[in-house]
Amino acid sequence: MSVGPPVRLFALGASHHLTPLEIRERFAVAPEKLPSLYEQLRATPGVREALVLNTCNRFEIYTVLEGHDSDALLESSLCDFQKVEPSEFARHRFVLRDGAAVGHLLAVASGIDSQIVGETEIFGQVKSAYSHAITHGTVGPVLNRMVQKCFQAAKHIRSSTPIGEGQISVASVSVDLTEKIFGPLAGCRVLVLGTGDVGEKTAKAMHSRGAGTITVLSRSLDRAKVLGGAIKASAGLLERLPEALAEHDIIVGSTSTTTPLVTGTMVRRLMRSRKLRPLFFIDLGIPRNFDASLAHVVSVFLYDLDDLARIADQNLAARRAAVDRCRRLVDEKAARIWEGIEPRLGHQAPLETSRELQTRRQVV
Amino acid sequence: MNFPSDRTWLWMAAALYAVAFITSTTSMLRSKGRSHGLLLGLVIFGVMSQTVGLYLRGMEGGGCPVRNTFEVVQFVVWSVTLFYVVVGTAFRVSLLGYFTSGLAVAMSIVSLSIHSWDAQARPPVFGGVPWIEVHASFGLIAYGAFGTLAITSLMFLLQTFSLKQKHLRGLFAFLPPIVALEGINFRLLLTGLVVLTISIAVGGHYYRQDPESISGTKLVVATAVWFAYMAALALRLRRILVSATLAWTCLVLFGFALISLGPISRHREASTTAAPQDSNATGVRP
Repeated sequence: MSVGPPVRLFALGASHHLTPLEIRERFAVAPEKLPSLYEQLRATPGVREALVLNTCNRFEIYTVLEGHDSDALLESSLCDFQKVEPSEFARHRFVLRDGAAVGHLLAVASGIDSQIVGETEIFGQVKSAYSHAITHGTVGPVLNRMVQKCFQAAKHIRSSTPIGEGQISVASVSVDLTEKIFGPLAGCRVLVLGTGDVGEKTAKAMHSRGAGTITVLSRSLDRAKVLGGAIKASAGLLERLPEALAEHDIIVGSTSTTTPLVTGTMVRRLMRSRKLRPLFFIDLGIPRNFDASLAHVVSVFLYDLDDLARIADQNLAARRAAVDRCRRLVDEKAARIWEGIEPRLGHQAPLETSRELQTRRQVV
Repeated sequence: MNFPSDRTWLWMAAALYAVAFITSTTSMLRSKGRSHGLLLGLVIFGVMSQTVGLYLRGMEGGGCPVRNTFEVVQFVVWSVTLFYVVVGTAFRVSLLGYFTSGLAVAMSIVSLSIHSWDAQARPPVFGGVPWIEVHASFGLIAYGAFGTLAITSLMFLLQTFSLKQKHLRGLFAFLPPIVALEGINFRLLLTGLVVLTISIAVGGHYYRQDPESISGTKLVVATAVWFAYMAALALRLRRILVSATLAWTCLVLFGFALISLGPISRHREASTTAAPQDSNATGVRP
């Protein structure tokens, strides 16, 4: 029996764990340069399959390599492409092989390796990276199986642990609380007072979750119109507040004011005409936009920045507490995925050249 | 091997409700997420087991098993859980099954533990009068709806408390939205009242035929329960009784409705003793 050169799974990259932002910026690949990088990988001797994961927090390449020195060749080729000194790259990069590489991809896709633990965006970014690799024809039987199995396992980990539970930004926590009061936001009317940064984010989060009607009131009509335009909301001047209060269910305050815009007396009167239908005040202003006595009115709910930040912190702590359990699941599932893909490493065909790939696409 | 006795089936039902309640509690406290399928399955098996137990008692008594306080409480539990299985799941209310199993296990264990409630069983009360069967069964279904209403009212109050006090973790994290609970409370109040009205109407029809068979106490208590729920619905329709006030009212009314079973049950015992041969004179008016 003839023994060929060794074929193995190999991952290298730089992420927020080991590499400071200013260095990561230099390693990151601009989206328009990605096709060239795939061309370079294709041209690198020993690279059988490759997938590039390039986000703001990580630059990682998952490969199937053949030959004894192919990892060194890959690293050198990458440094050449990025115009980075090999010694500098070596200081900041990580290298993972075989089952450890599988485990890392799974941890990344599950969100437990993210800077904001449990965030969901990374899953979409891994999917997008896989899709790019398919487009460039650089994934074969090993990476295909590995990535697909990691997607399945990541979904399981996210759904069976609290790693993704609870929102961890003030804007998202506000929207979650709104849903705890009103349910789906489709029928809700949101009034945004002011165009402050957190208020804007909250208004956008409400819009993205399907809030029915949004109105933005500001001291400057121009600024209200700018924010209103971004979220398909109507805009007006803050003077309209008294009548606008009666027409909305959720009031988001983010203006700069020295006296509360809404007082307990105003709201008690308002609640009589609303027949105690719930009213939710989200106070994102400093100084506060709404009088604290609102919280004592029946069917009125008031949350200020401190409340929202505290909930976000609690949620983040709960996610962090779940990391150990997730890690155990990742190790268990990664070992199983590795068992499934290891036999495939022995039956590797070399990557098609770009010309061959182009010909095949034309035929298809 | 002997076929298990009716009480064994009823204990099994209580155990199944307890397992449903405990497993849901532990998985929520451990933040493992809830298995709605497991909870529903356990409650369905509990209802089945309780149905067998009540069927055996019905066969033994030769009529609907509402011959003493024990049987009435068991029947109400059966009605509440059956209402959850058949209708409640359609509401898609998070934790409704959890609270239903909690109420079911509490009421089941209390009724199974107090032996005096089951010390005496009256002769069959319905005899061959189908109107009374219809009256009693509709009355108990109405109690099922009002029991579920009490549960959703409690959930409403807990959710309001959690949002007001800003305690959002643990059990509170799984409670449904306030507005959804308000809508469900209204629908349950309406459903329960419609069913109770049918029950009262059928009972009234029978009463006209045989006024002697029903005591004044029973008539007053049954009518008072109906009027109380009717008033709650009327005030809710005019949006005078809403939000937490409506929820508290529904909780208190269910307590009153449960307590009213006592005088009704005692009245039946008395009337049975007085006229043991006259089965028509012992109609059940829960």
